[in-house]
Amino acid sequence: MNNKVPNNRAWLLVLPMLVLVAFSAIIPLMTVVNYSVQDVLGPNARFFTGTEWFESMLNDNALQAAFLRQISFSLIILAIQIPLGIGIALIMPKRGWQASAVLILITLPLLIPWNVVGSIWQIFTRGDIGLMGWGLRELGVDYNITRNAGDAWVTIVLMDVWHWTPLVAMLCYSGLRSIPEAYYQAARIDRASKWAVFRYIQLPKLTNVLVIAVLLRFMHSFMIYAEPFVLTGGGPGSATTFLSQSLTTMAVGQQDLGPSAAFSLIYFLVILLVSWVFYTTIMHMQKDKPPHGGA
Amino acid sequence: MSWMVWTMPTAIFFSSIAAMLAGMTIWEILSPTIERKGFLPISTTRGDRLFIGLLSAAFIHLGVIGFTSLSIWIALAVSAIWLLILMRWG
Repeated sequence: MNNKVPNNRAWLLVLPMLVLVAFSAIIPLMTVVNYSVQDVLGPNARFFTGTEWFESMLNDNALQAAFLRQISFSLIILAIQIPLGIGIALIMPKRGWQASAVLILITLPLLIPWNVVGSIWQIFTRGDIGLMGWGLRELGVDYNITRNAGDAWVTIVLMDVWHWTPLVAMLCYSGLRSIPEAYYQAARIDRASKWAVFRYIQLPKLTNVLVIAVLLRFMHSFMIYAEPFVLTGGGPGSATTFLSQSLTTMAVGQQDLGPSAAFSLIYFLVILLVSWVFYTTIMHMQKDKPPHGGA
Repeated sequence: MSWMVWTMPTAIFFSSIAAMLAGMTIWEILSPTIERKGFLPISTTRGDRLFIGLLSAAFIHLGVIGFTSLSIWIALAVSAIWLLILMRWG
């Protein structure tokens, strides 16, 4: 029974946060919108351009290519990291000192800042001094991330998998730990196979953490900047130039504030759409659950 | 405020968003929303439908600006009608 008296004055406590968000997000975003419809040359020299920047950004071949590249990158790393993360979580030790040791080892890549990860892999893949680059060359593989687009792609995907699969694994591990022992006992009584236990007990119980993992990994990878920037600089050519790097080149490198504002808004709308779809899916799944904690 | 380089169209845009939010708040106080299921695949509240309507309006505008030579006013009209349909039957 809900017999609390609703008191809407509690909303006043949210005010400081609202002010903070206004200054850190809403006002800057409004300014970006203002910039996107003008050509601002200086404090007193600005011209209204209307929808021109949006039109040119949406029809820019380089940006369309970067967008497709970005989508493929996100889908590739999701397709690798999610199954791999579940697999790692399943074989991780469940108790004792081994569990702690493995957890620490697995968490290590997550603690390394993005650009450091880029530097590590940059050195790792160099043909003259890097272990992987040198080793592959000695084995007779023609591996060069500054010349071969395929090599650059494989390396970036590998780097992202190395850096972020631990996150998926940890989320799945915590999800697996929260399954009550009774489910496994019932499965043993039924003589269920390992596959059946995974398919009908573990996977359904993991759905919630998996949705969160997919959302986090999609958002992270969709906004990836520092790692490929340090590793390949977007090259060879523009083979690994992702959206945020195109945006930075335009806004900071060329100071094209109008077009980059329009581009930022398009980027923002895509991210907003995807986040909303994921958020609604998560909320929907929780709503559909029976109240007594059934599967 | 001059650093925000305001223009009349963007000022009107943000004022109407602010007016919509204020209007929704007053409407909510006068008659609280009831979550219901319309033609959308999920059950939504009034605010959800407004959000869906505004987000789809953004993409309708982008589509019209980027890939057709139609006037932006057509995009605005289509979005407004879509928003009304969504609010009523969504």
